[in-house]
Amino acid sequence: MAEAQTKMQVSDEVAIRISNMNKWYGTFHVLRDINMTVNRGERIVICGPSGSGKSTLIRCINRLEEHQQGDIVVDGTELTSDLKNIDKVRSEVGMVFQHFNLFPHLTILENCTLAPIWVRKIPKREAEEIAMHFLTKVKIPEQANKYPGQLSGGQQQRVAIARSLCMKPRIMLFDEPTSALDPEMIKEVLDTMIALAEDGMTMICVTHEMGFAQAVANRVIFMDQGQIVEQNEPKEFFNNPKSDRTKLFLSQILGH
Amino acid sequence: MSDTHAETAFVRTEMLAPALPPVTERGAIKWLRENLFAGWLNTALTLASLLVVVMLLAKILPWWLNGVWNATSLGECRTIAGPEGGACWAVIKARWHQYIFGFYPQDAYWRPILAFALLFVALAPVLYYGLRSGAKLIGVVGVLTVISLALLDHDIVHVIVIAGLMAGLFAISWVAPKRLVYVTILYPFLAFWLLWGGSIWKPVATMLGFGIMVLVYRLVQPRLGVVMATAIGFVAACIYWLFVQGLVTNALAGLPPSLLPVNSDQFGGFLLAFVIGVTAIICSLPIGILLALGRRSDMLLIKTLSVGFIEFIRGVPLITMLFTASLLLQYFLPPQTNFDLILRVVILVTLFAAAYIAEVIRGGLAALPRGQYEAADALGLDYWQAQRLIVMPQALKISIPGIVSTFIGLFKDTTLVSFVGLLDPLRGVTQIVRADINWKGIYWEPYIFVGVIFFLICFSMSRYSMYLEQKLKTDHR
Repeated sequence: MAEAQTKMQVSDEVAIRISNMNKWYGTFHVLRDINMTVNRGERIVICGPSGSGKSTLIRCINRLEEHQQGDIVVDGTELTSDLKNIDKVRSEVGMVFQHFNLFPHLTILENCTLAPIWVRKIPKREAEEIAMHFLTKVKIPEQANKYPGQLSGGQQQRVAIARSLCMKPRIMLFDEPTSALDPEMIKEVLDTMIALAEDGMTMICVTHEMGFAQAVANRVIFMDQGQIVEQNEPKEFFNNPKSDRTKLFLSQILGH
Repeated sequence: MSDTHAETAFVRTEMLAPALPPVTERGAIKWLRENLFAGWLNTALTLASLLVVVMLLAKILPWWLNGVWNATSLGECRTIAGPEGGACWAVIKARWHQYIFGFYPQDAYWRPILAFALLFVALAPVLYYGLRSGAKLIGVVGVLTVISLALLDHDIVHVIVIAGLMAGLFAISWVAPKRLVYVTILYPFLAFWLLWGGSIWKPVATMLGFGIMVLVYRLVQPRLGVVMATAIGFVAACIYWLFVQGLVTNALAGLPPSLLPVNSDQFGGFLLAFVIGVTAIICSLPIGILLALGRRSDMLLIKTLSVGFIEFIRGVPLITMLFTASLLLQYFLPPQTNFDLILRVVILVTLFAAAYIAEVIRGGLAALPRGQYEAADALGLDYWQAQRLIVMPQALKISIPGIVSTFIGLFKDTTLVSFVGLLDPLRGVTQIVRADINWKGIYWEPYIFVGVIFFLICFSMSRYSMYLEQKLKTDHR
């Protein structure tokens, strides 16, 4: 465990800085004055009730959603309407979705090699080697030539993680990666994510898996009504929550 | 007590072998019972339908089977068939070449035949990319071509040269099916030259325009992006076509090789239907895709133009467009550009089909989950990469039935060109045949002949679309 902890060192280098960020859907104020800094190697879990803006927040980090006010700087690149910057950030930031979003018309291997070949311009042979490396890492190399529709939910989500890793991202975003899975498949996906955390990946996870938060997170962020209500180390956050809203939320999800 | 115990506990000592279902539950009897005689209403309907079929056949079959194949006029047909009457297929035998070729010169029949055969060679890599099925198709087409040439063409040199050519193409498609893509690229120009004849340098000079487009695109694309590069390339090619190409063509016009020129008004029958139908089908798909994307675009100008175009074209009957092609289009073009009537009709039929295709594809695009776009974005693919690699393969697959039925409709609509004086197989040629004093008064036979050929073509398109759907089915739902 001590060894794992040293591997999971957090550096002082800033990976993501969000300052005074606001976002509206029409006139609805979804994200309100978000300030947040993520250092390289940090593992952050964002939790909160549904509709609190957690998914919207991480989708702003690779600009799947546009913010209207404030700054988001990812890896030294500021996100503006400049398409070049957006593409640069997106190729550095991997994302895993709740519903996997694998490409159903491509095999598992093709799903994993597509972006490296077309975005990174890596030769096909090399891209396939990288893909097999990561498919082995998520423990499904034998499924490489099947189509997504032939795999179970847990397997599909692990493919989705491998697909993101093939781009060699410096940051990984997880948008409720286990919410659409059957209970017995959640563990295989969480194990993959824990292994990734031990390798020192910078991760931001929106999740309700509090066990995962306690095991790997450096910091837990609690959001409600579009704002950050409380953030702390996991031990403090779970044992000694400060705000009443957090206490209520925790009692509801841990209560039974 | 012991009795109850015996009922709860049970041990099988011997395993049962699998048995067949009862006689009434298997094979033809089961099928008949379930489909034709399930209940009294069902049985009554089956018997009534049988009666209708028998009565129809009793009426039609004698007429059909008593048909006369050898006669020189309708009157002779009637005399031979006698009082019970019969079909006069002799008219087809006498005039079939007009149904197929119109007034195309008889000595040059090998040209449309070769162009038709090469169409399949050009389509093989598109329909069956990299598969041996393409080679089989080319083999069958090659054999049929040589047979029909041997029957139709009196010049044995043509037959031998074309047989050699088809054998060579078959060999290429067997060894390296992907190489045939070059035939596909050259085909439009080759087909134009074969069909209309004249100097080969005219299509070559036209081809040069596309070369210029590609060259300009290659030069500009790294600096200005895909859209601007395409636009500038297109403009450059248009400038070349309008102002330079005429000079090039004139300078090279005298040089061999050249074929006997054939005028557009000599085209007719299924040759005409194919020229219009195939060109419009092939050109309308890419235009339709662009229009569908334009309609979903965030850019206001592109969106408005696409919506305006689609709604305008769909709101106007095809015949109006054809009249526009034959009368009005001439006014909008620069003076001295003498646009061929068939070419004008092809352009407008293409635009007409493209508007419908665009709406069919838009349906396919709307059926794609948003997550697919997001995943493509999140991986850093740019717009055109995402469209080409993720969105279009899936959207087109969903739209296959709609696209093919639009194509089938388009192919049948080519008969409407008779309204602008072109010789379509259904009305144009049949009118000419019926105007002949020998065949005056004939009615059913020509229409049945044309209808059967249309059916065969449309039915094979439909079967191909089913094959494609099956082949592309990867979702395993």
